[in-house]
Amino acid sequence: MKILMKGNEAIGEAAVLAGCRYFFGYPITPQTELLEYLSRRLPEAGGVFLQAESEIAAINMVYGAAGAGARVMTSSSGPGLSLKQEGISFLAAAELPCVIVNVMRGGPGLGGIQPSQADYFQATRGGGHGDYRLPVLAPACVQEMVDLTVRAFTLADQYRTPVMILADGLLGQMMEPVELPAAPVNELPAKPWATTGCKGRQKNIINTLYLNPEELEAVNQRLQEKFAAITKKEARAEEYLVENADIIVVAFGIVARIAKEAVKVAHAQGIRAGLVRPVTLWPFPEKILAAAAARAKAVLTVEMNAGQMIEDVRLAVGNERVHFYGRMGGMVPTSKAILEQIRKIGGIVRGKYAVRPA
Amino acid sequence: MANTLFVRPETLTPDPFHYCPGCGHGIIHRLVAEVIDELGVRETTIGVASVGCSVLAYKYFNFDMQQAAHGRAPAVATGIKRVLPDRVVFTYQGDGDLASIGLAEIVHAAARGEKITVIFVNNANYGMTGGQMAPTTLPGQKTTTSPAGRSVDQAGYPIRVSEMLATLDGPAYIARVSIHNPPQIFKAKKAIRKAFETQLRGTGFTLVEVLSSCPTNWGMKPAEAFSWLEKNMLPYFPLGEYKAASGVSQDD
Amino acid sequence: MARAGKVKIDRERCKGCALCSAFCPKKIIKPSGDVNSFGYHPAEVRDLKNCTGCGICALVCPDVAIIITRKEEAA
Repeated sequence: MKILMKGNEAIGEAAVLAGCRYFFGYPITPQTELLEYLSRRLPEAGGVFLQAESEIAAINMVYGAAGAGARVMTSSSGPGLSLKQEGISFLAAAELPCVIVNVMRGGPGLGGIQPSQADYFQATRGGGHGDYRLPVLAPACVQEMVDLTVRAFTLADQYRTPVMILADGLLGQMMEPVELPAAPVNELPAKPWATTGCKGRQKNIINTLYLNPEELEAVNQRLQEKFAAITKKEARAEEYLVENADIIVVAFGIVARIAKEAVKVAHAQGIRAGLVRPVTLWPFPEKILAAAAARAKAVLTVEMNAGQMIEDVRLAVGNERVHFYGRMGGMVPTSKAILEQIRKIGGIVRGKYAVRPA
Repeated sequence: MANTLFVRPETLTPDPFHYCPGCGHGIIHRLVAEVIDELGVRETTIGVASVGCSVLAYKYFNFDMQQAAHGRAPAVATGIKRVLPDRVVFTYQGDGDLASIGLAEIVHAAARGEKITVIFVNNANYGMTGGQMAPTTLPGQKTTTSPAGRSVDQAGYPIRVSEMLATLDGPAYIARVSIHNPPQIFKAKKAIRKAFETQLRGTGFTLVEVLSSCPTNWGMKPAEAFSWLEKNMLPYFPLGEYKAASGVSQDD
Repeated sequence: MARAGKVKIDRERCKGCALCSAFCPKKIIKPSGDVNSFGYHPAEVRDLKNCTGCGICALVCPDVAIIITRKEEAA
């Protein structure tokens, strides 16, 4: 049975169904409904909702709770995510599973409260200090807010890592019918490393300090091996009309949904356009994209920023064929504008279909 | 009949402390460990180490420990305690960690009445980084970042953490103690025990501020440092119980 | 009732901070002339028969380097 839910609330409900019973957060537009929803829902489910004094405190409460073995989540938007970066670095270093939601808004600075994708670099490069990455999942509809939230908790526990859901203000605020998971997660994986009191065992320590450089290098090597395993196994993307495509449009999140419409219309107009939508932004689905674009004459990256994912696109397919179209500051590209770009690259504006070089 | 006084508490690991000769941290670690032993809660205790000289506290306490980011120990402890409300959760923090970079976290943990215990070691400087000015550095006190002595015109005044937190309704027990001589060490232990007992009763936030010395960075012999503490720190940081909820006895 | 104490100082744990010497009521603890493997002069009890086992040295020791046993005897 489908029910109508707002994106932010759908993440909250999905978290509860995924066995998350602890949420620590701080209000910031456009993610606040997630807090409000869980402030009602978690006590009902026997969990704890706590409004922290800051995003810094919230992420460190997540650290404590994750270290105590719980499934735990926090959420914020741009400025708040910047504050959380200290804690995210510690979570990655201590290998503590948790889910962090960023419902992106326009930046830099205080920016605005309209949707944006300008935190792509911050999310996919680690964001805080030190050598680390974390899986970043990018939903494109409210149903995926649900599905990827559940997936995020699974990945977090499987790899002992923080996982980020990278949404935006449009997805957070929009309402769509969703199908919630039929069976809630009741049994969580065993966490023998957690600090729960040392009764009947040796003491457990959750720590990120290694003063001996040989030891710290070994810790880094172990982390890098984990990141390599995630890169190898967890990259995901949606492909649409990519077979024999001359132009591959690459977009994530809500922009991909808008771009899909443009691709569909372009196809109807005789332009062989296709779409690759990275669902995981880290690991970036470079093999999927490279294969889809192997025979394409051009690749068009569309983002709600000045061009961030385009760097990963270029790493995957090379510099030559890659075009960019983006809007910033909370402006959302229309399917018409994207179609215009596709037509330009396809040479249709000059009355003849010939893909132009980048 | 022979009885053994002073054996190493079970709650301390065999690791020798890395602290400088005469540093108060070792005494305070031992007092905490003795209290945990006496209360029989070693196996249900989770400690949170902070950043500063006591960053390695997780090596010395023989129970589960988490190591927190600078100043964030009360937030980390909050996360642990909310997941495991029946466990004993405490933080061990210095003055730079708690009263400077972590001031928001400690004030709000106290205001929420978070049922944790905080051992707050005040030695009036940043020890680990080599003796810089702390929020608790006394007016006129020389440090490596106040080489002419702390100027209150330029750097403002020290923060009295116990008095400040005692204005809140969340704390159930707040005391300031010292370890500069044997009778004070006994009193310090008593206060630490009261704080943990109060946590076990679940009546609110508990904090014991322990005045301690930093002989290396103060440039004094350990015994001289204790005399300096008594003469200079006690007038600015008066000892006593600043908050004791009903059910907690006020006397010594 | 007389009290006889026995102080045992762990030479390797002792950092020679001399807090025990400073606070010993009988003034019978002094730094040793030799050094331990860390280069410190560990404390040593010079006059054990005068030790009452009061425990103050162990109380002020920051390195838990002192263990004390005490014997209670009728006078």
